Amino acid sequence: MKRRTALRLSAALLAATLATGEACAADLVFTSGALAPVQEAQKMRTIILKDYIGTVSFLPDEPPAMLTRLRAEFQGNARVSSVVGANDGDLAVLAPTGALAPIDDLAAQLAGRGFAPDLMAMGKLGTEHQMYIPWMQATYFMVANKKALPYLPAGADLNALTFEQLRAWGEAVQKATGKRLVGFPAGPNGLMHRFFQGFLLPSYTGGVVSTFKSADAEKAWTEFAALWKTVTPNSTSINFMQESLLSDDVWIGFDHVARLLGALEKRPDDFVAFPAPAGPKGRGWMPVVVGLSILKDAPDPAGARALISYLTQDTTQLITAREVGFFPTVRATLPPDLSPGLKMAVSAIQNTGGAKDSLAAMLPSGLGAKGGEFNKVFLDTFQRVVLRGEPVHEVLARQGETLQRIMTDANAPCWKPDPASSGACQVK
Amino acid sequence: MRGRNLPYLLIAPAVIFLAVLFFIPLVQTIALAFETRSGPGLGNFVRMADDLNFHDAVVNTFRFVGLAVPLQLAAALGMAMMLRHLGKGRDLVLWIWTIPLGLSDLAAGLIWLAILNDKGYLASLLFHLGIVSEPQSWLTYESPFALFVAVVIAEFWRATAIVIVILVAGLQLVPKEYAEAASVFGASPWRIFTRITLPLMKPSIQSALILRTVLAFEAFAVVIAIGGRNFPVLVSEAYNWQNFNQEPSVAAAYAVVVMGLSLAATALWLRLLRTPAEQRG
Repeated sequence: MKRRTALRLSAALLAATLATGEACAADLVFTSGALAPVQEAQKMRTIILKDYIGTVSFLPDEPPAMLTRLRAEFQGNARVSSVVGANDGDLAVLAPTGALAPIDDLAAQLAGRGFAPDLMAMGKLGTEHQMYIPWMQATYFMVANKKALPYLPAGADLNALTFEQLRAWGEAVQKATGKRLVGFPAGPNGLMHRFFQGFLLPSYTGGVVSTFKSADAEKAWTEFAALWKTVTPNSTSINFMQESLLSDDVWIGFDHVARLLGALEKRPDDFVAFPAPAGPKGRGWMPVVVGLSILKDAPDPAGARALISYLTQDTTQLITAREVGFFPTVRATLPPDLSPGLKMAVSAIQNTGGAKDSLAAMLPSGLGAKGGEFNKVFLDTFQRVVLRGEPVHEVLARQGETLQRIMTDANAPCWKPDPASSGACQVK
Repeated sequence: MRGRNLPYLLIAPAVIFLAVLFFIPLVQTIALAFETRSGPGLGNFVRMADDLNFHDAVVNTFRFVGLAVPLQLAAALGMAMMLRHLGKGRDLVLWIWTIPLGLSDLAAGLIWLAILNDKGYLASLLFHLGIVSEPQSWLTYESPFALFVAVVIAEFWRATAIVIVILVAGLQLVPKEYAEAASVFGASPWRIFTRITLPLMKPSIQSALILRTVLAFEAFAVVIAIGGRNFPVLVSEAYNWQNFNQEPSVAAAYAVVVMGLSLAATALWLRLLRTPAEQRG
């Protein structure tokens, strides 16, 4: 008798396990390299995806881990994910491996949404076909504690700051407080490489790759090394600037909007937000695009299309902007009842793109699997020139060789602001 | 069939388990390390050695192993000897000493980070005592020596317990009669320790050294928690190449180097601390 009960119990348990297993398998799996921080992931699950008709397992991860997992799914022939949401650069890594399905028909179907044409063009990833649908956009800017404002150099306009003025500002703050309070996100998970690729080098040289070894680039690195003397040494551990701003370790910091918004939302009265500084060639800045792709041989292609359609509706796009601080890629007017923190972010972004000297530098493209190595060139140059004080000219010559090898291996043509090239982009 | 094959049958699951989850990945890793686009070769090792962090990683790893392991051995020997003279409460003391064993590496690293960072417990304490006037940053790229000391302290705290456990077990096998006899003949306690106890403990010291050296070469979580990228070691560089640079083959080259060092260290200890055949039980 007892034994039979036990048997029945285990049978019931087994059935239950199988049933839940099946329910999980039926969920649409949405792997993401964006919105990985726990709070953002939670908002995605409980607010942004709330009105979607199906059930979605939202699985965000840091981009490198996300890429490794998708590669494993693909190589092991065990498809779990149907949709992937990631930065343009990360989708560019996946596309050449054949992991993404072309979605020209979906792009045509969604054309009425009013996507910004240049974003839609980026979604082709340099191929003939639409490889992703633009999902969200963002950029980087600076935030300063109001306590730093009295030390702003005379005549400097916060919305038209130059690198020279930023250095003078940092020096004045250091002189007054005895502390280095400028901050950059140069930690292991920080986005420092984007600062070099999208802000510093375009501002000084008007390019990124083609001008890598130029005299202008030498000036950029030399002057940045001088600016670095006012930067907190904790910078090489900073991954999210908002934490350092909130703890007062940094008074003047640069980062991605999603990594600054926390500070602006929490203490909107204590901070100001403004565009990154300009150099001799303009105010370099990097628009960020996050795209949505459908994986090849996805378990649920129909669900994937429905989800992408849902996420690019203007109502969902506005909710996304409000909740996680990534901005619409479709025509949608931001509501007037934005929170003060978000308002500051929006105006900083508008002041960046709308600046007279604005110089947009695109995310690296066409590098495929070489994206990580490409970033390493800039981080290594930074480490050598700025942290170790090695001579700029030699370092740029050596790193320039590596950069050229990467561009040649990937056969990647130049992207803006470098002038267009016929073959692989050349380091001059 | 039963009697003869039974032992093999019984160890089969373990063998299969190791083969599938250890041996196959090992072979794959080695293959990956020697795989370049132009066929098998040393290209990945050249790229590894050319990298600007390689030299630092090698130097840091050897310094770390060279300081942490002897410190741990000396401390654990002392603690094991002290334990021998305890009567009441011996088990309680041993239990407290081995608490760090129950913590994950990463948790241990984070605990020490909370103590040592510029707003941590130590900085606050010094501030309240009036020794420093404002928070000091010790764990930055500007103070590599302090960073190194912090990593060694954390590892020392975390991993000395395993050495104690091994040495205490070894010490229990050493009969007290030898020491008593020596003391009857007038040997000093230090002489008894160096001439009798220490040689008799050689097998357990050997095990402890092998285990600790291999694990110290593989130190990762404690180092990454405290040092981040400011204190590169071989394993953290392997992680960087795999995770951030997305170059699994260079990461595999690092893994092969770490494996080679571990094997060499094991061989060295086996040879240096060989127990003569007649002494083996």
